[in-house]
Amino acid sequence: MPEWPSQYHPPPVAIHRAGHGDTGTPHHPWLQHHFDNMAQQAEASTLGMWVFLVTEIMFFGGLFMAYIVYRHQSPEGFQEASSELNRVWGTINTLVLICSSLTMALAVRAAQTSKSAKAQVGWLLGTIVFGLAFLGIKAIEYYDKFTHNHVPGPHFHWEGHFPKPAEQFYSLYFAMTGLHALHMIVGVGIMTVIAVLAWKKNFDEEYYTPVEVAGLYWHFVDIVWIFLFPLLYLIGGHFKGA
Amino acid sequence: MDTTIGAPTLNYLNNGYGLKSWLLTKDHKRIALLYLWSITAFFFLGGFFALMIRLELLTPASDFVQPDTYNKLFTMHGVVMVFFFLIPSIPAVLGNFLVPIMVGAKDLAFPRVNLLSWYIYILGGIFTIIAAVTGGVDTGWTFYAPYSTSASNSHVIMAGLGVFITGFSSILTGLNFIVTVHRMRAPGLTWFRLPLFVWAMYATSLIMILGTPVIAITVLLVAVERGLHLGIFDPALGGDPILFQHLFWFYSHPAVYIMILPAMGVVSELVQAFARKNIFGYSFVAFSSLAIAVIGFLVWGHHLFVAGQSTYAGLVFSLISFFVAIPSAVKVFNWTATLYKGSVSWDSPMLYAFGFIGLFTIGGLTGLFLATLGMDIHMHDTYFIIAHFHYVMVGGAIFGYLGGLHYWWPKITGRMYPEGWAKFACLNIFVGFNLTFFPQFIVGYLGMPRRYAMYAPEFQVYNVLSTAGATILGVGYLIPMIYFIWSLRGAPVAGQNPWGARGLEWEIPSPPPTENFPATPIVTEATHQYAPSREVGIA
Repeated sequence: MPEWPSQYHPPPVAIHRAGHGDTGTPHHPWLQHHFDNMAQQAEASTLGMWVFLVTEIMFFGGLFMAYIVYRHQSPEGFQEASSELNRVWGTINTLVLICSSLTMALAVRAAQTSKSAKAQVGWLLGTIVFGLAFLGIKAIEYYDKFTHNHVPGPHFHWEGHFPKPAEQFYSLYFAMTGLHALHMIVGVGIMTVIAVLAWKKNFDEEYYTPVEVAGLYWHFVDIVWIFLFPLLYLIGGHFKGA
Repeated sequence: MDTTIGAPTLNYLNNGYGLKSWLLTKDHKRIALLYLWSITAFFFLGGFFALMIRLELLTPASDFVQPDTYNKLFTMHGVVMVFFFLIPSIPAVLGNFLVPIMVGAKDLAFPRVNLLSWYIYILGGIFTIIAAVTGGVDTGWTFYAPYSTSASNSHVIMAGLGVFITGFSSILTGLNFIVTVHRMRAPGLTWFRLPLFVWAMYATSLIMILGTPVIAITVLLVAVERGLHLGIFDPALGGDPILFQHLFWFYSHPAVYIMILPAMGVVSELVQAFARKNIFGYSFVAFSSLAIAVIGFLVWGHHLFVAGQSTYAGLVFSLISFFVAIPSAVKVFNWTATLYKGSVSWDSPMLYAFGFIGLFTIGGLTGLFLATLGMDIHMHDTYFIIAHFHYVMVGGAIFGYLGGLHYWWPKITGRMYPEGWAKFACLNIFVGFNLTFFPQFIVGYLGMPRRYAMYAPEFQVYNVLSTAGATILGVGYLIPMIYFIWSLRGAPVAGQNPWGARGLEWEIPSPPPTENFPATPIVTEATHQYAPSREVGIA
């Protein structure tokens, strides 16, 4: 059995990892034991969220692909169906989400610059309020589609020229905006947790990763809407049906 | 580190014995063992379905089971083996155990997410088992529309949700590995000093995070389509079944590389350890993993050659499919070249590595037959395809998995296994495997189609050979199961480095302590250095 020279060079005691089992160099209360320091932990968390967002892009990507294929198959039917969506509510909702992104960015900034817990919670609550406003408006739109029998299924009813593509359009509309709304609901939940943590004065310039990571998620969900809005509401808007 | 003979007093196995200490553990090594037990259970479940299939095919008539039951058997065999055994096998067991140790870290970047991934896997498994016991699914593991949308009255939604849910377990595993390899490497452990197993796991993780979400949304759409009658893939509702095939294979072809790349990583480790040589062309082997991951995303159309895809698209997909052969061949040639003038020993893990190289070569080369447009029209949906992908999946992925399990078993448990029995089992599996699947190349080429409970009488001799082989193969799988369990108590203690191999995992006690390293190691050369660095030109 060959004896290899060891590749394992234990460092001097002074830079031993802090944490479980190690005799104590003092460390930040939020540092988990398997990380060397706060910077490594923050980098790992943000990279993790970015990688997660990549998977989200692929997740929504399948739906966007389906949309492109079916729009290509029956562009007129899709335009006719799209003209029934309420552009006013859609535009207001887009503005609401953009505002929520602003308050989110300000919340991250407030944590990064060690602003008071009140300021952090304030911006987070703003984000939550805008998020709930978006969901409320979405619910109004869904209700409207429901009363007009525009929900796909056995009760779907369409008075235009292209009932079949219209049903497909609304299948995709509910699948895409529904999945997006689900992400918004999750986002509001995350923001609530973050706001409680912020209220308990957990975040300052040394440790604000959760706010930052939650912010990344929030901005991503906003951006998805920025793509959904023109695809579903705007393209072919001049077409009013013959 | 001192070379301790015998198990250290406190390690990850004896650090807590209660059920809670296992089910709520955040230790990557314990989670690896949770995965080991659960995927083994699914492996034998999938193997049971395979045995039923082979028994039915012993005779040309449909006499052992009804055709409807047969459809459910091959579907459940495919679903269980692909989604619940092959995809998680090496990444979730060996990868979970080894990646943090190989990069010199105490754990993966997100230990809680790691535990969550196991629970998600189990939840998906429960859904699939419910689908199996309440009536089964008969769509084939590919869930093709319209079988899965209007034609089937079986439990597609339940099985689809099972696949959907378990997909997130592999997404989380991939995410964890990527962040760990980027952010948790020990000081001095640069990318080109990493073990090739880590490179393979990294490439696998890329496929997991990019591909799995697409199949998740696709299977979810099938479930929604069935549940709410939305017209997405079902032509009767105005949907497009070809779109389903595109979306399905966009993931499921790369998923083939999720299964084979980790096995390639294992073989790279085995060849170095048992030839006692640095790998020939380290960076080529490392980059060929990434090349397979990238090219693998561009070949899905070769599953649609006869599905009504345009001929030009078919030509392009055919050409790109040939390209995958290049990085695969680079690996095979480099493993072979590593053996040259090596001090090769014939321990059982190395036997599996040799088995892998031979069988993967056959599986890979027959893949080129199928990537050829004209040939594929003849062989599409025949047993030739079945034989081809079983040579890659079983001859490749399972040989890699078993080889790796034998190689790292002393590290995982601290005990050796009986070498004689291990060699016997390996030979048994090799013979049984070839006897099962080689006749299927011939009978497929002669025109026997897949997925039928009945076949023409002139094909019987090949099917009898195949069933005989499957029986030998089944026994071959049971033997390691028995001696591995026996070894936990009866076998001699392994010690820190029983193979005299290199790598950070062999420089810590077996079984490793919970924290892996008492302090973050500092790495000064490539971790698999079997010769002085100046001789091989690696920094």
